[in-house]
Order: sequence, then C-alpha cells, then structure tokens
Amino acid sequence: MAFKGAIVVDNEKCKGCGVCVANCPTGTLALAKHVNSRGYNYAYMAEPDKCIGCTNCATVCPDDVITVYKVKI
Amino acid sequence: MDVKDIIKPENMVYGKTKLLTDNILHYCPGCSHGVVHKLIAEVIDEMGIQDKTIGISPVGCAVFAYNYIDIDWEEAAHGRAPALATATKRLNPDKYVFTYQGDGDLASIGTAEIMHACNRGENIVVIFINNAIYGMTGGQMAPTTLLGMKTATTPYGRRADLNGYPLKITELIAQLEGTCYVTRQSVETAPAVRKAKKAIRKAFENSMMKKGTSFVEIVSTCNSGWKIPPVKANKWMEENMFPFYPLGDMKDR
Ligand SMILES: Cc1ncc(C[n+]2csc(CCOP(=O)(O)OP(=O)(O)O)c2C)c(N)n1
Ligand code: SF4
Ligand code: SF4
Ligand code: SF4
Ligand SMILES: [Mg+2]
Repeated sequence: MAFKGAIVVDNEKCKGCGVCVANCPTGTLALAKHVNSRGYNYAYMAEPDKCIGCTNCATVCPDDVITVYKVKI
Repeated sequence: MDVKDIIKPENMVYGKTKLLTDNILHYCPGCSHGVVHKLIAEVIDEMGIQDKTIGISPVGCAVFAYNYIDIDWEEAAHGRAPALATATKRLNPDKYVFTYQGDGDLASIGTAEIMHACNRGENIVVIFINNAIYGMTGGQMAPTTLLGMKTATTPYGRRADLNGYPLKITELIAQLEGTCYVTRQSVETAPAVRKAKKAIRKAFENSMMKKGTSFVEIVSTCNSGWKIPPVKANKWMEENMFPFYPLGDMKDR
C-alpha cells in the first residue's frame, strides 16, 4: 500500500527553526527564501511530490504549526 | 495526485490540538519547551481531563506556560512548584496535578522542595526540562551543566575543581521510596517525541492510582543559551548530553 501526503504550514507562526526539514525522511521540505512578517524563513514543501504523510515534521515542530494530510493511492 | 486534492479535512492525520491556545509561543525557534507543551496538551486532550487538570508553572523560560495550555494553572515562586502541587493535590485529590520545571528551578533553587515532595510520594506528575543551563536569565551555568560546557558564567567551560560536578538529580530521585515512575526522555526526533508522549501519559495515569510521584525528565536544548542553532543543537544534545544523561526508564512500579 502506498500513501501520498501533503502538509500545510502556518507561515505566520513558523519560526524557521528547520527541525521539520531535518526530520523529513523524504526530503520534501525546505526553508523558504522569503520571510514572514516576523522575519522567519518559514518551512514549505519544496518537493511536494515526495511527501508520504508520515507526520514526522508535525510531530517534532516545537510551535505545532504543521497540519498533515494523507491519502491512500 | 494534486496537492489540493490531498489537502481536505477528511484526509487530515495530524493537526494542532485544541488544548493549545492560539497564542504564539514566546520560546526561541526550535526550543524543546514547545514540543513538551504540545505533548502535555495532547495527553490532557486525549485523556479528556481538561477540566480536571491543574498545572504549576515555574520560574524560568516556561513561566508563561499558562498562556499556552488551556487548563487551570498556578504560578509558583522559583523552585516551589512541588510545594504548591502538594497542597493542590491534597486539597483536590480528584484533580490531575503536575509541575513543569526547568533544571535551574528544580535542581538548583528548588532542590529541597522536589526531593521532599518525591520522598513523601505526593501523587503528582513532575515534568522536568533539563537543558543544562539557565535559559531565561541569559545562559548561566546550572547544576546540570556538563563538564567543559561553556556558559555565561563558565566562559572557559565548567571545571569540576571550581564549579563542582553536574548533578544527575533524576538518578537521585529514582532512589526515593516515594516515586513510582522515573524516566528520562527526549524530543528531538519523531520516534523520541512519540516515546516521550507515552511516558507523559503514563505519568498522568499513575497520579490517580495513589502509587506516588511520577517524574519525567526531558533532556532538552537551549539554542540561545548554548549559542548553537536549533538543528545543530539537537545533534549536540545527542552527542554530548545523552552519554551523561542516558535515556530510558529508571523506575516503573
Ligand atoms: C528567587 C529567585 N532567584 C533567582 C531568580 C532568577 N532566575 C529566573 S529564571 C532562573 C533560572 C531558570 O533556569 P531553568 O529553571 O533551567 O529554566 P530554563 O529557562 O532553562 O527553562 C533564575 C535563576 C528568580 N527569578 N527568583
Ligand atoms: S519545525 Fe515548525 S517552526 Fe520549525 S521550521 Fe518547521 S514548521 Fe517552522
Ligand atoms: S509528512 Fe513526512 S514526508 Fe511529508 S513533509 Fe512531513 S515529514 Fe516529510
Ligand atoms: S532561552 Fe533557551 S530555554 Fe529559553 S526559550 Fe530560548 S532556547 Fe528555549
Ligand atoms: Mg534550564
């Protein structure tokens, strides 16, 4: 069984710590070149096709700003 | 499959627990405090005990914990959370009572309070955030600071002859008859976070079984105090803190 996932980051609340990026097993995530209104380079899906919806990124996020979605394919 | 076909309410597998308020955490980026707040909120939510839980926040970076987890709170004087928790639990035995304390709060100024509360076997939960430093006040040495570790007050590294030895207070607490569950966890990877959450849940469940005190240490990072960026701080913790503060259960009865 294979899964496909996608995440949504609350850009304004993200602090750009990069812990989610380091914990993503598929290399989906990166920190944006742009910053939010508080000056942080927020996390985003740089390679959305790779996401498997494992929830690791959201699990380690200290600010709980990631929502994860997952479907069977 | 297009991303917008995946992002639908029915496909959601992880989202912010409603017990966390919408306030932006004041913690530095990547700080372990945030992860532990989330776990406590999730456990309280999943146990359905929001109206039956009273937290005692410390002096330290977590002094504002009451702004983030939507339960009843008290705010203790520095190190005195176990004393407040003792009174609160004894007067309200049907409530779940926990303290949330840093290593300066618990292992320095509050050593007497935590030792005696645990030795009396108060039916409370203690969440102990050990980041080996005084985060809030600008990164001074704590009792838990590792030998050789540079802090604002040990700029050339902690020296045993001058500063004494790092204190393994959790090992001491495990020796006390009053404790029923003593464990050391961490929150830097997804598997570690899931394990830490199970430990916190068990500690909350224990507190209603009149078995004594449950004590959960979380080996943590303080990026600002350590002057190491978040991802590297997690690595530094794994390489330097874990050998001295090994993870796992010390006591479970
Ligand atoms: C009676 C008293 N003494 C000293 C202080 C100064 N003080 C505030 S927080 C703190 C230490 C905090 O360190 P820790 O408990 O490890 O928390 P962290 O910020 O690292 O999470 C100290 C010494 C105080 N507020 N009150
Ligand atoms: S872990 Fe959370 S706060 Fe940190 S970069 Fe990722 S989304 Fe942002
Ligand atoms: S859900 Fe898993 S695969 Fe998708 S971005 Fe998060 S960590 Fe990466
Ligand atoms: S000073 Fe340290 S403990 Fe305090 S919020 Fe910043 S990183 Fe966390
Ligand atoms: Mg500390």
